Amino acid sequence: MLDGLNWLLDPAHWTGSRGIPTRLLEHLAITGMTLLIAGVIALAAGLAIGHTRRGRGLVVGLSGALRAMPTLGLLVFIAVQFGFGVRLAIIPTLIVLVVLAIPPILAGAYAGVESVDPATVDASRALGLTEWQILWRVEFPLALPLIVGGLRSAMLQVVATATVAAYISLGGLGRFLFDALPLRDYPQMLAGALLVAALALILDLLFLLVGKAVLPTGVRAARGNRRSKTPTERTAA
Amino acid sequence: MSWLFENLSDVWALVLTHVALSVPPILLGLIISVPLGWVAHRYRWGRGTLLTIAGLLYTIPSLALIIAMPTILGTQILDPINLIAALTLYAVALLVRTAADAFDQVSPQVLDAATALGYGPWRRFWQVQLPLAGPIIIAGTRVVSSSTVSLVTLGALVGMSGLGYLFTDGTQRSFPFEIGVGIVGTVLIALIFDLIIVLIGKALLPWSRTRRVRNKTNAETLEVTTNA
Amino acid sequence: MNIRGAKRGLTLAMAAGAIFALSACASGDPLSGGGSSAAGDTIAIGSAAFAENEIIAQIYAQALEAKDIKVDFKGQIGQRDVYLKALEDGSLDIVPEYSGNLLQAFDKDSKASTSEEVEKELGTALTNGLAVLKASPAENKDSYNVTKEFSEQNNVKSLADLAGLDRDLTVGGNPELEQRPYGPPGLESIYGLSAAKIKFVPLSDSGGPLTVGALKDGTVDLADIFSTTPAIKENGFVTLEDPKNMILPQNVIPLVSKKANTDKVAEVLNKVSAELTTDDLIELNGKNQGAEKASPKQLATDWLKEKKLI
Repeated sequence: MLDGLNWLLDPAHWTGSRGIPTRLLEHLAITGMTLLIAGVIALAAGLAIGHTRRGRGLVVGLSGALRAMPTLGLLVFIAVQFGFGVRLAIIPTLIVLVVLAIPPILAGAYAGVESVDPATVDASRALGLTEWQILWRVEFPLALPLIVGGLRSAMLQVVATATVAAYISLGGLGRFLFDALPLRDYPQMLAGALLVAALALILDLLFLLVGKAVLPTGVRAARGNRRSKTPTERTAA
Repeated sequence: MSWLFENLSDVWALVLTHVALSVPPILLGLIISVPLGWVAHRYRWGRGTLLTIAGLLYTIPSLALIIAMPTILGTQILDPINLIAALTLYAVALLVRTAADAFDQVSPQVLDAATALGYGPWRRFWQVQLPLAGPIIIAGTRVVSSSTVSLVTLGALVGMSGLGYLFTDGTQRSFPFEIGVGIVGTVLIALIFDLIIVLIGKALLPWSRTRRVRNKTNAETLEVTTNA
Repeated sequence: MNIRGAKRGLTLAMAAGAIFALSACASGDPLSGGGSSAAGDTIAIGSAAFAENEIIAQIYAQALEAKDIKVDFKGQIGQRDVYLKALEDGSLDIVPEYSGNLLQAFDKDSKASTSEEVEKELGTALTNGLAVLKASPAENKDSYNVTKEFSEQNNVKSLADLAGLDRDLTVGGNPELEQRPYGPPGLESIYGLSAAKIKFVPLSDSGGPLTVGALKDGTVDLADIFSTTPAIKENGFVTLEDPKNMILPQNVIPLVSKKANTDKVAEVLNKVSAELTTDDLIELNGKNQGAEKASPKQLATDWLKEKKLI
């Protein structure tokens, strides 16, 4: 443990194109791109499923299978199958990470929309809102806690898993792990693991704050009353 | 395709190893998480401490954890215990929160009723609390099962050959089909495990089906809450 | 309610017990070779994490089995630092090694340059009860390759030509190459390249298709590929000469633990080593990686039969 900290504190490891700041930024870039792509796909699908209540069975089954998809296997499969393997290592990397990130975001989105009281939706309909307006003005804000919960969950997995990108030559914090693995350089490996964990915790905190900030005031007030009703709501709060 | 038939016995051996490496972490994770989850449910200090530790564990990259195990446990470098211990930690990290939530969801009135009927704490736990928390715990176990089966493939990077062997070997031989067999095999094992867990759940907790409709509790929503 | 509850509790407990017992059975067999393999008279044979090494390890394993020696086979374990540790802690007994790299792992400053010198020095350099048996004439070493175009455009045929190039060089290889004496450090100290000009691209597939692909599409200028890899010829790569013997001779040599260092094992493996040639390695790799996709196990059996060793 101490060796890992010493490695971290060594100023030589904090500079240059292979230094910790560069690797952190690379890691953040990979994570950010993944969440952006996966977010767009999964939110669109999740909101549609939640709103229409259709296709849920299919998606549950599909995301179950996606969750079991071995990241490393998919990564090398794409890298070997398609010629751009190493030259555009970012493409196989993003594909596998997006696959990893979709199930939790999707689940958060449709579970969030489904958790909205049907009476609320009916009331909005009675007030003359179009389906589109219902989705965006009623269901989406009310579903936000669970949506943010899904994004957080995806973020944690992606931050930890983005390390595999190093297997096919990409940067990021995984470099410290994969460079150290064949040499059994434990201090470096430990330092890498600590950095990944620290990054995950910081991002987690960020999500927590964003989650609180985006919650509509009305929803926040209403939630106060129902706080301990179901674990779903409580943990997401 | 002919490659698969020619190498069926080797692939099958990898499947068996893969299963053997996957089952212990799932079961151990379950056995360890339920009492911890109960502690987290029952005591405020327990909740804070346990859920924080679980959250921290979950952020450690799996590869690093697997590699660190021989140093932590003092085991031999190729001992399968290393992989099993690391994956058990992940399983616990995921399941403790689910178990705590599951116990939270059992209505206090039901527990009071059990106490009124003369149930002691021990009997009340086994006959009322645990069965009622069961459906959610089962749902959480499904998530853990899938991710464990998938994570076992990483063992190939440290000399423990489940189906992950087909990934590294297939890469070196520029043989996507072999990698594909590994991927499909992993997903199939995960699906079969999932089915088994669902069936066990139905057999042990026949009331869960009716409950589920009411509470919309399933693995999906759980995954969100588990990590959130 | 009371009785039913009790029954359910019991069922739950029984089911849990049953599953546990089942998993114990399942885990008993395939994993038995784990920590306990060092016990008893079973010899654990492992291989480095690349296909050729696994083929040779299979040849060793099957040759020994044919002489009634109990063998536990562990395929691709990892790179040298990992399996050396495994040999030292007793989880492994035999690994096919390559003489020069093995020597450098134990003696960084060795001046040995011929196959004979390397083999001789290995006899004294190894520690922790490890030993080598007789070396085979078969050789597979790290080799620096460039594309034909690169070679022609820059007039580069040897590692000695690189220092004169007025351009940056991207070098691709396994992550550990970056630290090895025959990696960038050697290019600098032995062939006089300036460190600032070398950019290293780590590729974790041991000179496999990702490395070959990176060289082909220009992601790297220089790639470390094992000299017995069929892809070198297939792609018309130019293997750079190494006039200063930076890369030591790399004869295939069995590295054994104390436990496996018996006359019986030595007799079997020395016979195998005597028969194995570099061309055999290229051919075996070709069958393994080419269209045939033959498994290491099958290739080993075929080779042993062909050489009448089993």
